[in-house]
This record gives sequence, C-alpha cells and structure tokens, in this order.
Amino acid sequence: MNEKHGSSPRASRKTTTEQPHERRAFLNLFAILFVVWVLLTESFNWQELTTGFIVSLGLSIFLRKSYIKLDIPPFTIKRLWYFIVYLVVLLVEIIKANFDVAYRIIHPKLPIKPGIVVIKTELKQDFAKMMLANSITLTPGTFTLDIIGDRLLIHWIYVRTEDTERATEMIGNKFEKYLKVIFS
Amino acid sequence: MLPLIGKIVTSSGVVFLLLGSLGVFRMPDVYNRLQAGTKCTTLGAFLTIVGVGIMEPAWFWKTLVIAVFILITNPISSHAIGRASKKSGVELCDRSVVDKSRDFEEYESNL
Repeated sequence: MNEKHGSSPRASRKTTTEQPHERRAFLNLFAILFVVWVLLTESFNWQELTTGFIVSLGLSIFLRKSYIKLDIPPFTIKRLWYFIVYLVVLLVEIIKANFDVAYRIIHPKLPIKPGIVVIKTELKQDFAKMMLANSITLTPGTFTLDIIGDRLLIHWIYVRTEDTERATEMIGNKFEKYLKVIFS
Repeated sequence: MLPLIGKIVTSSGVVFLLLGSLGVFRMPDVYNRLQAGTKCTTLGAFLTIVGVGIMEPAWFWKTLVIAVFILITNPISSHAIGRASKKSGVELCDRSVVDKSRDFEEYESNL
C-alpha cells in the first residue's frame, strides 16, 4: 500500500515531462511516414497528398508510443554526418561481402571454416544493437544468431580467431565506433 | 544510355542472385546456406530493383525506397531463421572449427 502511494506522484510527474517528448515523437513519425508516402506515390496531386496526410496522421497517433520505445536520439548535424559515413562504410562492406561469399561459392574446394563465436558490444539501446546486428549480418562472412545483454552470437563462415576480444575488434568495431557517436 | 546502364546493373544483380541460389545448394549446413542466401540475395535484389529504376527514370525513387526496405528487412528475416534453427538444435556441419554457443547459453542463464 505504502509503495503504491510513493510511486503514484512520481508517475504523474513522469507523464507531464513526457508530454513534449510525445509530441516530438509524433511529429518525427508523421514526417517520416509522409515523406515515404510522397516518394512512393510520386505525385503532388492534392487528392494523393490529402490521403497521405490522413493516413500518416492516423498511423502516427496510434504508433507514437512504439516510436518512443525505439529511443531514437534527437537530430544533430554531427549525428547526421556520422550516419552518412556509416552508410558509406556499410555499402562498401555489403559489396565486399557479396564478392567474398560469391568467391567461396564458386571455388571448387569450397574454402569455408565455419564456426560460432561470441562478441561483445558497448551499445546500450536496443535500436542501436539492432542496427549493429543488421550491419554484421550484411558484412563479409558474419551473421548474427542471437543477442543477449551485451553479447552477440555470431556465425562466421571463415573463423580467423576464436578469442572474444579479437573477434569483437574484427567484426564489430568498424560499425560500433559510428553507432556509438550516433546513439551517444 | 540510361537503358543500357540499367540493363548492366540488373544483369549484375541477376548474376548475384544466381550465385546465391548456387550457394544454397553447395553449402553444407543451414547456417552456411543462410550466409549465401543473405549476402548474395541482398545485393542481387538491390541491384535488380534499382536497375529497373534506372531503365525507367520515372520509377527511380520508388524503386530506391523498395530497395532500401529490402536492405533493412533481409538481414532480420535471415537472423530469425538462424536463431530458430539454433534454438531448435540444428547441428553445425563437420567442417566447423568452433562453437561458442554453450558459453553463450551459460552467460544467458547467469544473467
């Protein structure tokens, strides 16, 4: 009973501080949905725009709580810059990954040395971890099987090291340094 | 000029898709097959779709949105398949050199 009394004023204060946060989430989500709508319909006809406006409005009203749960950091120039660099690095890695795997497939001896290793991450937010796991899946020869806490279970098509620290350096670090700045 | 570039891009995408499907046959176990399936199909599908967009410039932005969507969702689906096979106890092939999943499970139960 006591506990309940203690927690209720804190809860009410939390909702008042969350109000502008929620409005920001709503506006961000609305902007993203509306831009995607315009890109997909590719027309500035008022009927199309009105439909897109109503659909985006409805969706962002219903989904703003889930958007807050993603915990996407506020927009800054520095974050945008790091995000662009991250995308370029990711694109290069995707192309390298494709040639790497294609080579292993064509080679008559099938040069693979598969294994499952564990790596560590310093990222805290779930969304950041998801981006890291996705990037790892898209890069040469590695792919994420599971995440728990700060560990990632990685299947590696050609195991170069079994040590957790060294594997973290080889697999995770090239993305983690950008994601750390983006989600700091 | 644009249709030619589009055709080249689409054809290279098709080559990657072909290699990916070949990899699914050649690789020895689920996880390695998923590697072939994810890597090659991601770039393959990306290039095929964007190539169509280059051939028809009016569709370019639309195809780019679709391609980015594939780029985001493809790793998630293969991760889900890989995780499900690990959880249901699919064995690694004989050529595997290391399996740290036992350590990982220990870490999970200690958490």
